[in-house]
Amino acid sequence: MTGNYSKPIPVPQGESDFYWEKTKKQELWLRKCDDCGEPYFYPRDISPCCFSKNTSWVKASGKAKLYTYGIVHRAPHPGFQEDTPYVTAIVELDEGPKIPTNIVMDDPTPEKLSIGLQVEVVFEDITEDITLPKFRPR
Amino acid sequence: MTPLSKSVAIVGVDESDEIGKVPGKSNLQHHAEAAYNALADAGLSINDVNGLFTAGTSTLNLAEYLGIEPRFTDTTAVGGSSFIIHIAHAIAAINAGYCDVALVTHGEAGRSRRSRPGLDSADPGPQYEAPYGFIGAPINYAMAARRYMHLYGEDRTRQGMAEIAVATRKWAQMNPKAYIKDDMSFEDYHESRWISWPFHLFDCCLVTDAGGAYVITSSERAKDARKKPVYVLGAAESHDHNMISQMPDLTRSVARNTGPAALEMAGVSHDDIDLAMIYDSFTYTVLVTLESLGFCGPGEGPDFVADQRTAPNGNFPMNTSGGGLSYTHSGMYGMFLVLEAVRQLRGECGERQLDNPKLCLVNGTGGALSSTGTTILAVD
Repeated sequence: MTGNYSKPIPVPQGESDFYWEKTKKQELWLRKCDDCGEPYFYPRDISPCCFSKNTSWVKASGKAKLYTYGIVHRAPHPGFQEDTPYVTAIVELDEGPKIPTNIVMDDPTPEKLSIGLQVEVVFEDITEDITLPKFRPR
Repeated sequence: MTPLSKSVAIVGVDESDEIGKVPGKSNLQHHAEAAYNALADAGLSINDVNGLFTAGTSTLNLAEYLGIEPRFTDTTAVGGSSFIIHIAHAIAAINAGYCDVALVTHGEAGRSRRSRPGLDSADPGPQYEAPYGFIGAPINYAMAARRYMHLYGEDRTRQGMAEIAVATRKWAQMNPKAYIKDDMSFEDYHESRWISWPFHLFDCCLVTDAGGAYVITSSERAKDARKKPVYVLGAAESHDHNMISQMPDLTRSVARNTGPAALEMAGVSHDDIDLAMIYDSFTYTVLVTLESLGFCGPGEGPDFVADQRTAPNGNFPMNTSGGGLSYTHSGMYGMFLVLEAVRQLRGECGERQLDNPKLCLVNGTGGALSSTGTTILAVD
């Protein structure tokens, strides 16, 4: 954790407070639609699958596989300048939903990554209040 | 779908006075210059305009700057496809009697003013994607392209992307307004630097300063225009996500719906199309769009564009202006697809003019492959 963190920082909204409170405790939770039983991302009170208010929270295993990725060489924002090249990724959680994240690794190259790669969640404290879930190969 | 029966026509098009690298001109100045030039092209006056459409700024801002009081106003903003979608909205407004001369404008000092609209931290994108560096189109589209390569083969996808970049540059070399006209070989493409792997620099569109505008009116009123009316035969729009991580299928855009819908409305088929104007924010955007529109099947895009088929003298002319890849791309490029389509159908394209084209399909893509607008334009 650094005092001059310069990347965009999430601002929790009412319906996502719980999500960010849990990541701070090193846990990844998903919303679930209790009409159809499907977990979904991102958190919202009314489910996108059934447009239902009958929803709850479930804890995710943190296990996922790499769905797709890119390796960013030109930083899109000054906060990412020192990180390039860095890996942006969409991972498919074992529970089903796909979530945006980074794959944490040194000197990423296309050869070190492949779609379907098994990954697991790691948590990075970026401020006192906010912890980002990221993933690493397992 | 109700056939449009040539009820409306585009009667004026043009860019702003200078495009490319234009330091010192604001977004609104590009809008206004393009409006001025497009109205002159149409032989109409600003006083004739009673419907106003734009994206990227509010029509409130635009109408004040232009000094008009529209009686129909529409700031539909769904990314670079917006200006294609405005065609359908203008048709609806004209046919319902809300307005009879609609002005659609775009202006963006994308090169000279590099800052983009700020991130609204209350929205899902700033909350869930931006913290991971999912910022800007090259990063988002690259992840979609990587998925496509996984499904359909990395080498052949790469070759398809290279074919598109090289073919589009050849068209730009015949467009005096194109920003980059240098020769591009396949070797140049493969050796260009990485922006966001799997994208090379030459997979990515330009960033320029430019404005564009078109004037659309009833076919009745179009009879009095200076030039040959370009009729709208079909138009369809949709979107299926906003954030790239929420895209249902990274290898199919919602052109899978808007393409067939627009063609059906027009009563024409893929084989009837003489010119395809396909939003080329990235080489991959073209591959996924050709497939989604139904010009070829899923995964067949690299074969479809092989052997410079979309280049000058190829049998599938596409993006004859030089596209967003080589002619101009100010940020929301869709406007410029319409300009080239109209000019080709009117026969105004000089060295790059196609042989008497009658039907053009235009497809705009906006956001993170999020929205599409497809329209079919025709001349008698």
